[in-house]
Amino acid sequence: MALDKPYNDIPGTTIFDADQSRLGYHLNQFCMSLMKAENRARFKADERAYLDEWPMTEEQKLAVLARDLNRCIAAGGNIYFLAKIGATDSKSFQQMAGSMTGMTEEEYRDMMIKGGRSIEGNRYLGEDGDAQPHRQPQGKAGQKGGN
Amino acid sequence: MAKITASVYSSHVPAIGAAIDLGKTEEAYWKPVFDGFAPTRQWEKENPPDVVFLVFNDHATAFSLEMIPTFAIGTAAEFQPADEGWGPRPVPKVYGHPELAAHIAQSVIQDDFDLTIVNKMDVDHGLTVPMNLMFGSPEAWPCPVIPFAVNVVQYPVPSGRRCFNLGKAIRRAIDSFDKPLNVQIWGTGGMSHQLQGPRAGLINAEWDNAFLDRLINDPEGLAGMSHMEYVREAGSEGIELVMWLIARGAMDDVNGGKAPTVRHRFYHVPASNTAVGHLVLDNT
Repeated sequence: MALDKPYNDIPGTTIFDADQSRLGYHLNQFCMSLMKAENRARFKADERAYLDEWPMTEEQKLAVLARDLNRCIAAGGNIYFLAKIGATDSKSFQQMAGSMTGMTEEEYRDMMIKGGRSIEGNRYLGEDGDAQPHRQPQGKAGQKGGN
Repeated sequence: MAKITASVYSSHVPAIGAAIDLGKTEEAYWKPVFDGFAPTRQWEKENPPDVVFLVFNDHATAFSLEMIPTFAIGTAAEFQPADEGWGPRPVPKVYGHPELAAHIAQSVIQDDFDLTIVNKMDVDHGLTVPMNLMFGSPEAWPCPVIPFAVNVVQYPVPSGRRCFNLGKAIRRAIDSFDKPLNVQIWGTGGMSHQLQGPRAGLINAEWDNAFLDRLINDPEGLAGMSHMEYVREAGSEGIELVMWLIARGAMDDVNGGKAPTVRHRFYHVPASNTAVGHLVLDNT
């Protein structure tokens, strides 16, 4: 029997369950390796070579190289693990979280100062809140070079 | 005999730790957060615990995906502040209380909660940020700490009911420890926040404040809240709030005693991506 996933109707949200964990095992363990200063240095010196030491999928490696955290999460990444990449890049958790919304850093920071993203319209898929699929990307960063 | 004198609840946002470490606590953005904990820092000075039993979650620091214990009790003599990727936080080493921790493990496991016993563990911001918020930034922490890590990283996390009942078992264990220790139990994490995907930045102040009300007045009912309500209403990382129910389950009123006194309550948005909530409930 497949896992029961009552959380699949929440917009803009991926729950890190056993299926995601299995999919992302090597990606997340790669992230974990960045907890060591010498590994951070080796990764920074040659990212692709360092990634090639891990049995990750090509999509996972490309998502890391692109620093596309939504893509990383779709490939099984978990944000607490992915945060180690951000730390290696000297990014704050706010910069990382914001990068997944399509907003610029400033737009996202302003949203938080004004009380954060509203829950209204963002509880269930099919509503009309700003986290719904038909309203992406949300900000100027996501529209850069877009059409 | 040992006794749980109070429970303390608090968010453990990593950016709060960074603000402390970088000397930003007086800046306009951060000052309201730190001011909100000032009455508790004073109260902790006047009512110092002998031991803190600190419920927190590890954020892919001590536990990778190699092992994911649902409940892990730190029984070591000391715990190092972890390097989470930015270098270790410049905070004092955390000293444990191996004797009480071993007693709690023995009692709680025989009470049907299968704890993982951990004799080596670095502790991350989930533990050290609440220490700073309650004790400031001393040269050495004022008391030993028993770290108690809960899995809230990989779904499913333990239910609120399970956490609440575990708190009761921890209470029974502490009650039966044969030394006159004043023990505080802290529940950390939350409140509403989501760190991932297009819904990142979610805050639900109305829900958070209702949670605080119910934690004070209706903990038994609150323990029945489903995982889905936490995730849907408080964000994918808001589910950390189940940990607060462990601390609440250890209080007098849910174990046949009288209702606690609310010493302090504080709520603030934002700290980075997160709503900061804080509560002090006193049994005395």
